[in-house]
Amino acid sequence: MASLRTTSRLFKAARPAFKSQIRTIAIGNTNSTAHPVDPSKTSTIKEPAADPDSKIKTFHIYRWNPDEPSTKPRMQSYTLDLNKTGPMVLDALIRIKNEVDPTLTFRRSCREGICGSCAMNIDGVNTLACLCRIPTDTKAESKIYPLPHTYVVKDIVPDLTQFYKQYKSIQPYLQRSTPAPDGKEYRQSKEERKKLDGMYECILCACCSTSCPSYWWNSEEYLGPAVLMQSYRWIADSRDEKKEARKAQLDNSMSLYRCHTILNCSRTCPKGLNPGLAIAEIKKEMAF
Amino acid sequence: MLAQRVAQQSLRRLAATPSRNAALLKFSLTPTAILTSPQFRQVATQKMTPTDSYQILVEQRKKRPTSPHLTIYEPQIPWILSALNRITGSVLSGAFYIFGSAYLVAPLLGWNLSSVSMAAAFGSWPVIAKVATKLLLAFPFTFHSFNGLRHLAWDMGKAFKNQTVIKSGWAVVGLSTVSALALALFV
Repeated sequence: MASLRTTSRLFKAARPAFKSQIRTIAIGNTNSTAHPVDPSKTSTIKEPAADPDSKIKTFHIYRWNPDEPSTKPRMQSYTLDLNKTGPMVLDALIRIKNEVDPTLTFRRSCREGICGSCAMNIDGVNTLACLCRIPTDTKAESKIYPLPHTYVVKDIVPDLTQFYKQYKSIQPYLQRSTPAPDGKEYRQSKEERKKLDGMYECILCACCSTSCPSYWWNSEEYLGPAVLMQSYRWIADSRDEKKEARKAQLDNSMSLYRCHTILNCSRTCPKGLNPGLAIAEIKKEMAF
Repeated sequence: MLAQRVAQQSLRRLAATPSRNAALLKFSLTPTAILTSPQFRQVATQKMTPTDSYQILVEQRKKRPTSPHLTIYEPQIPWILSALNRITGSVLSGAFYIFGSAYLVAPLLGWNLSSVSMAAAFGSWPVIAKVATKLLLAFPFTFHSFNGLRHLAWDMGKAFKNQTVIKSGWAVVGLSTVSALALALFV
């Protein structure tokens, strides 16, 4: 992208120079050749007609510019021909940024659902733009918002500072005081390892946390599904020895128990994980 | 990248001075322009202490809008039924507390809230009003009861699959509507 832009600027800067060159050539031509062929004797190159098979889809995208903070956020509409666009919503966004409106701002990186950067609310559901196919129904207009109830940095870029702080607060790393029995590594049985499946795959895209109404109203104190699932990932780890301390940290009315089993989290997870189940398992461990 | 920038700047300089264009065009690459003039950064940067830049961030944060939430989220069974569960619970407990406290203060204020007189008053209402009132009380009761079973299953760590949640949700909607109608019409 950056390279594209510099190249176009390069040509722009060079244009006046080329122009004068063309002019001199043209002047030279008038001196040496006869009158040009009459237009009636040449063929006509028509303006390219609109593609009859074009599939024009409208996207409404949330826009807000921090440089004009007093202006209200607005929904900007863009139309794209789906025949010239890749299959995923991220392809559409990148195409808009490249070809239509370079001021559109969003986060993206891996384009294959492993970095979690392009998490946003597409057609009312939180998901990763790179994993979300553009609905091919061109009559239905797509709406794209930032992750719900987050502070907006710009356009569809949310401020996830609080989310990351909460993740840090659960100490997401192995804590042990006793050395490994064989002095080499902390071994796990296959069953013990299996408990971590469905939790270690989380990419912390914040789709689930920002889909949770409880997290919308209490994000200051409630940890939210993503962070709680990671908390359980360490509670369930057979190698970790700080299980009781981790549980004690959650033992208050806000951190864990603001979960009312709404289950928007499991419904929306773009990786197909189940944070709701993980939270239920923590509640069970705390109760018995 | 560096080479590209050098070329870009020499071309820009070329464009900026039209009088020299004709002369310079004779050299296709104009190496003199590159070598004789120093490099300029086109983007201005500001030297700033960490506290100052943090202050800018703080100022920006104060102005950030909150992105839309409840109004734009797709209506889905999980959260709609969860909201309904809370509403019906509030209706039930609210009605219980209001009637209980009214019954408590009734002798002081001279109200007659005995079952016999209430039943007699209710019996004199038109049929539609009777059915509507019963339905209004019966639905919160049936819905909250059936959805409560769903919550009990979840608290045991069961029935968490997305498809199960959707199916059990619709089952609760169906069961509670039918049973509320039955209570309103036949009881």
